[in-house]
Amino acid sequence: MSLARNEDSTGEPTRMVAQKSGQKAPIKAERLSKEYLGGKRVALDDVSVDIYSNQVTALIGPSGCGKTTLLRVIAGLEYPSYGTVSMHGQPIKGPGPDRGMVFQAYTSFPWLTVIDNVAHGMAIQGVDRKEQRERAEQFLRLVHLQDYAQAYPVELSGGMKQRVAIARALAQDPEVLLLDEPFGALDAQVTWEMEEMVVDIIEREAKTFILVTHDIQEAIYLADRIIFFTRQPGKIKADIPMEFKGGKRFPKKEELLATSGYVDMEKQLYSMMREEIQGRIS
Amino acid sequence: MLGSVSQAQAVILGVAGVLAWLLLWEFIHFLTPAAQQKFVPGPDQVIVEMFRLVFEEAFLPDIGKSLYRIYVSFAAACLVAVPFGLLMGSFVKVKALVNPTVGGWRYLPAASFVPLLLVYFGPTDVAKMALLFLGCVFFLIALILDDVLAVPKELIESAQTMGASRWHIVCRVIFPAAAPQILDSMRNMIAVSWTYLVIAEIVAATDGIGAVMMRAARFLHVDVIMAGILTIGVLGVLTDIGFRLASRKLFPYTQLRR
Repeated sequence: MSLARNEDSTGEPTRMVAQKSGQKAPIKAERLSKEYLGGKRVALDDVSVDIYSNQVTALIGPSGCGKTTLLRVIAGLEYPSYGTVSMHGQPIKGPGPDRGMVFQAYTSFPWLTVIDNVAHGMAIQGVDRKEQRERAEQFLRLVHLQDYAQAYPVELSGGMKQRVAIARALAQDPEVLLLDEPFGALDAQVTWEMEEMVVDIIEREAKTFILVTHDIQEAIYLADRIIFFTRQPGKIKADIPMEFKGGKRFPKKEELLATSGYVDMEKQLYSMMREEIQGRIS
Repeated sequence: MLGSVSQAQAVILGVAGVLAWLLLWEFIHFLTPAAQQKFVPGPDQVIVEMFRLVFEEAFLPDIGKSLYRIYVSFAAACLVAVPFGLLMGSFVKVKALVNPTVGGWRYLPAASFVPLLLVYFGPTDVAKMALLFLGCVFFLIALILDDVLAVPKELIESAQTMGASRWHIVCRVIFPAAAPQILDSMRNMIAVSWTYLVIAEIVAATDGIGAVMMRAARFLHVDVIMAGILTIGVLGVLTDIGFRLASRKLFPYTQLRR
C-alpha cells in the first residue's frame, strides 16, 4: 500500500510527481536551497516540490531538517539562497495576507482584546468596521471562543491563545494557511482537542493548509499528504499521500486509529524517523 | 524569589522597615553630644521642619519650580528618546547610524556640561533644564531601545503575514508591544532626573529646592537641608506612584492574570 517514494542518495534534484493529474498547485518550490552561516549550515538542499490546493500537506522530519525553513520561505519571512518559490507563477517576494500563518509561539497581541486580535488582519486590509466585527465573531465561534471576545490574551490558556491565532489567520481570508508546529507548546490532551478542532476547520474552510509538525500521529491525522525531510542537509526523503484514509477526514481521532492501513503508515514513518535520527545507515 | 507574602504582611513589613530606619536615625541623633545635636537633627525635627517650611515659609513655590524643571525637561527627553529608541529598535540601519554616537554620549558626564550651559544660557531655567535633559536623554534612549528590541520577533512576523506595512508594524505593533516597558523605563529614569536637579539648583540658582538647601547651608541650618532632602525623597516616591498608577490605567491588561 505504501506509495512512499524514497529519495535516492545521488543528490539529484528531487522532482515530485503530481499526485493527481490536473490538480492545481498554487505553490511551487524549484531547486530551493537555503543556507545559513555562509553555507556552514544547509537547511534546505535543492528541494523542488508542488503544494496542491484544497488539501493539507504536512512537512515532517527530525529537528533541524528544514521543514520550518520551507514554511517560512513560503510565508515570505525568509528568502531562498538558491532557487525559487512561487505562488501562482509569481516568485514570493515577502509576506502577504494571502498566506496566513500560525506560529508555535503565542502571537496574540497582548494589548488587544481577543476580538480585536482576530479583527486585526482585516483592519490592516481596510475591511470596514462592521464587517470586521461580524467576521471576527464568526471565526471566534468556529474556534469556540465566542464567550471570550472581550477578554485579553493573558487571561487565556495556551490552547485558547492558539485558537485565537488560528481564528486571526483565517479571518484575513488567506488562500494558504501555514501552521508552524501550532500545538508544539501545548500539553497532550489540549493538542488532541486542537487537532480535532482543526479537522473540523479543514472541512469547513476550502483552503490550502501546510502543517509543520514533528508529531507523526498528528501529521497522519491531519494531512492528505506527508512530505518527509532528511536532516541536514534538508532534502525530501519521501512524499507520501495518505491514500489509506480514502479521502476521508475523521472528526474523532480514534476513528483514524481504527482505520486499516493506519498502523502500517505510522510504522513506516517511525522507521524513517529512526533512520534520520541515527544518521543514514545503509 | 523564595517565600510568600500577603498584601497585609507586605504593608506591615514596609512600615516596619521605615520605622526601623527612623529609629536608627533617632538613635544616632541621641548619641550625638548635645553641643553638636544642631548638626544631627532627629527625624521628628526634620519632619517638623519640612512642614514648617511648607506652611510658614514660602517653600511651595520652590517645590513648584523644581517640579516644573523636572517634568518639563523630562517630557522633552521622552519626546526625543521615544522616537529615537523606537526607530533604532525597529530599523537595523537607523540603529547602525545612531547607536555608536548615542552610546558614546552616555559616557559624557552631564555635570561636566554645567560650565558650558552657564556660558550659553547663563543662570537661567533653560540652562538647568538642559542639564536635566542631557542627564537622562541618552540613558533613556538606551533603555527604550532595549525595550523595543525585547518585543518578540513572532509578534512582528505575524503582523507581516497579515500584510502589515512597515509603518503599521512600527506604530501599531512594536510601539504598543513595548509601551508598558517603555513607561517603566521612564519611571526608573526620572529618578535620575531628580539627582541632576540638585546639581542644577546648587549652581547659580535662586529658587527651587536645591537653592533653598544651599542657602540653608550658608547658615548651617542642617535641619532645613535635611528637610530639603526629605522633600525630594517624598516627591520622588510620589512621582513613582504616579507612574505606576498611569501604567495601570494605560495598560490594564498587564494587571490581569488567568
